[in-house]
Amino acid sequence: MNEKIPVTVLTGYLGAGKTTLLNRILSEGHGQRFAVIVNEFGEIGIDNGLVIGADEEVFEMNNGCVCCTVRGDLIRIIEGLLKRRSRFDAIIVETTGLADPAPVAQTFFADAAVREAARLDAVVTVADAKFLAERLRDAPEAKTQIAFADVIILNKIDLVDAVAIHDTEARIRAINPYAKLLKASKCAVPLDAILGRNAFDLERILEIEPGFLDGEGHHDHHGHAGDGHGHAGAAAPLAHHHGEEMQSVSMSIEGDVHPEKFLPWLQDYIQKEGASILRSKGILSFKDEQKRFVFQGVHMLLEGELQREWKPGEKRLSKLVFIGRNLNAEEIRQGFAACKA
Amino acid sequence: MAATSLAAHVTPLEAGAPVAAAAFLGETPALALDDGHILLFVPDGPRRVAAHPCAAILATAATKKAFFTGGDDGRVRATAADGTVQEIADEKGQWIDALAARDDGAAAWSSGKKVCARDAAGNTAAFAAPSSVRGLAFMPKGYRLAIAHYGGATLWFPNAAAPPERFEWKGSHLSITASPDGRFLVTAMQENTLHAWRIADKKEMRMSGYPAKTRSLSWSSDGDWLATSGADAAIVWPFKDKEGPLGKAPLECGLRPAQVSCAAFRPKSPVVAQGYSDGVILLCRVPDGAIVIVRPFAESLGAITALTWDRNGGRLLFGAADGAAGLLEMPR
Repeated sequence: MNEKIPVTVLTGYLGAGKTTLLNRILSEGHGQRFAVIVNEFGEIGIDNGLVIGADEEVFEMNNGCVCCTVRGDLIRIIEGLLKRRSRFDAIIVETTGLADPAPVAQTFFADAAVREAARLDAVVTVADAKFLAERLRDAPEAKTQIAFADVIILNKIDLVDAVAIHDTEARIRAINPYAKLLKASKCAVPLDAILGRNAFDLERILEIEPGFLDGEGHHDHHGHAGDGHGHAGAAAPLAHHHGEEMQSVSMSIEGDVHPEKFLPWLQDYIQKEGASILRSKGILSFKDEQKRFVFQGVHMLLEGELQREWKPGEKRLSKLVFIGRNLNAEEIRQGFAACKA
Repeated sequence: MAATSLAAHVTPLEAGAPVAAAAFLGETPALALDDGHILLFVPDGPRRVAAHPCAAILATAATKKAFFTGGDDGRVRATAADGTVQEIADEKGQWIDALAARDDGAAAWSSGKKVCARDAAGNTAAFAAPSSVRGLAFMPKGYRLAIAHYGGATLWFPNAAAPPERFEWKGSHLSITASPDGRFLVTAMQENTLHAWRIADKKEMRMSGYPAKTRSLSWSSDGDWLATSGADAAIVWPFKDKEGPLGKAPLECGLRPAQVSCAAFRPKSPVVAQGYSDGVILLCRVPDGAIVIVRPFAESLGAITALTWDRNGGRLLFGAADGAAGLLEMPR
């Protein structure tokens, strides 16, 4: 069978520089041919042969899961694009400035035909260095886009001073410490930092998040399961931003967890709280299991599998991270701690 | 158990591109290809007609005289058996998402929310659906169009002032068909279910249990049965009763370890031709399930994507995702 088509989703609040980035990708694509799905069709000249206007029609999957929304137009467009499979190598989906990335991402989990043909490569969010801090205060959409991102481009840094950049960066990290953060002006970033990320590939959950497993990153994992510490595991060094309703909670257990306790707990918790959990990821060490279990989720949609074997001498750790709105870190920690083997 | 085989009666054909749909234009077998061409199997050899040059065919509908196709070039065209191509509409690059046509020459197409209908005399009318349209079908009686969209279906009289009639059901409705007697409206949904309404009183029925989306729906010529794809057998629903399939189990014909991708009832007989995702084709008799092989299993065949009978049920034309095709001539 053919390789799955990689799909990059571009989000970003109005005026952040999405179209600049898009044109940069298209002009510097190094021979890669893109099919581009845009929303403001025809408004801004896009230098590409295959540009398709979309309607951003979001609908609920009628499967009893209220937050399982998908982009109906995207399913239709991707099915149509498959008839021209030989004419492009990758797909870029540009969303409107006010869009929630979740329905786009969920489309690639929830529709079997789309899932078979295409894979979500990464959600790339462009943020305006000058205005992001304000938008994070007054625009829930901007917050969601940052929380959801695999790659964040802090754009227009030439228009602000170092202190402001540092502050904005801290705000971003308070919400999403795991995304790759690139600082740029005019979206001048190396394309390999935004394309071919495999951010949704379970195989690569580690590679893309260097600080994820070692716990030694610039963000401190306070929330050790079971330590009874009242502090949410969200970006501890940036404590002054703890007021964020959007945050990440990460925690780890040294050693194994019981799969027969962990899996039902995760399922139940995601079922119960999935509407407020934007992204989830984890690497687990199951008792009596040679292989690592990895999972990821978008709201209530979860996928997981046993992956490679633990290496000899590798420290067996069970780690998990949730990014979401008003997460109850204590509840998550207790639930996770109860799974310890 | 060795099933009878008609494989010796199949003439293999080469389509050369993934097949979108099959039809008989008069006596001429014709295939619409994803790559924008219509392939006509005329007596002096296959003829390839560029109905949509440099574009892809996204939607098709066939009448006894012409193959109607809609492309990602925004054009609706009708190709006749003699290879002439008539332009029906140009939607200025907007993809044609759905198409319907009937034997008197009337056609309907949609791009996004916009639905257009063109009657046999060439009068066109437009309708704005509540959301993007994925399926269109002409009702068997009257100049009336059935439209599938998000949140339900709509019946619209293009040439009358009567307000469109709405049939509501939450979810995304992808294709639509009306029973030959015009009593029932059936849609196939994003959520791997079928939904049906009895038109007279809008009584609803849900037909679920499919592991995949139903993309192919075919009525028996007496209207008693509806054969559907989307499972590892053809799922055939009984519609003979006043209540339709309500409370009844469907027949499961030709259970195999592959999904049925196309189903086509043979005219004038209770036999379903069914193509599978692994390239196999069977004929299955309703209701006893007796099977005849048309195309046996072989390694790495493409999924059957097009399947149609001629008007008398004497020939069956098929096409596949890998560009293979064939013509079965039923032994007399």
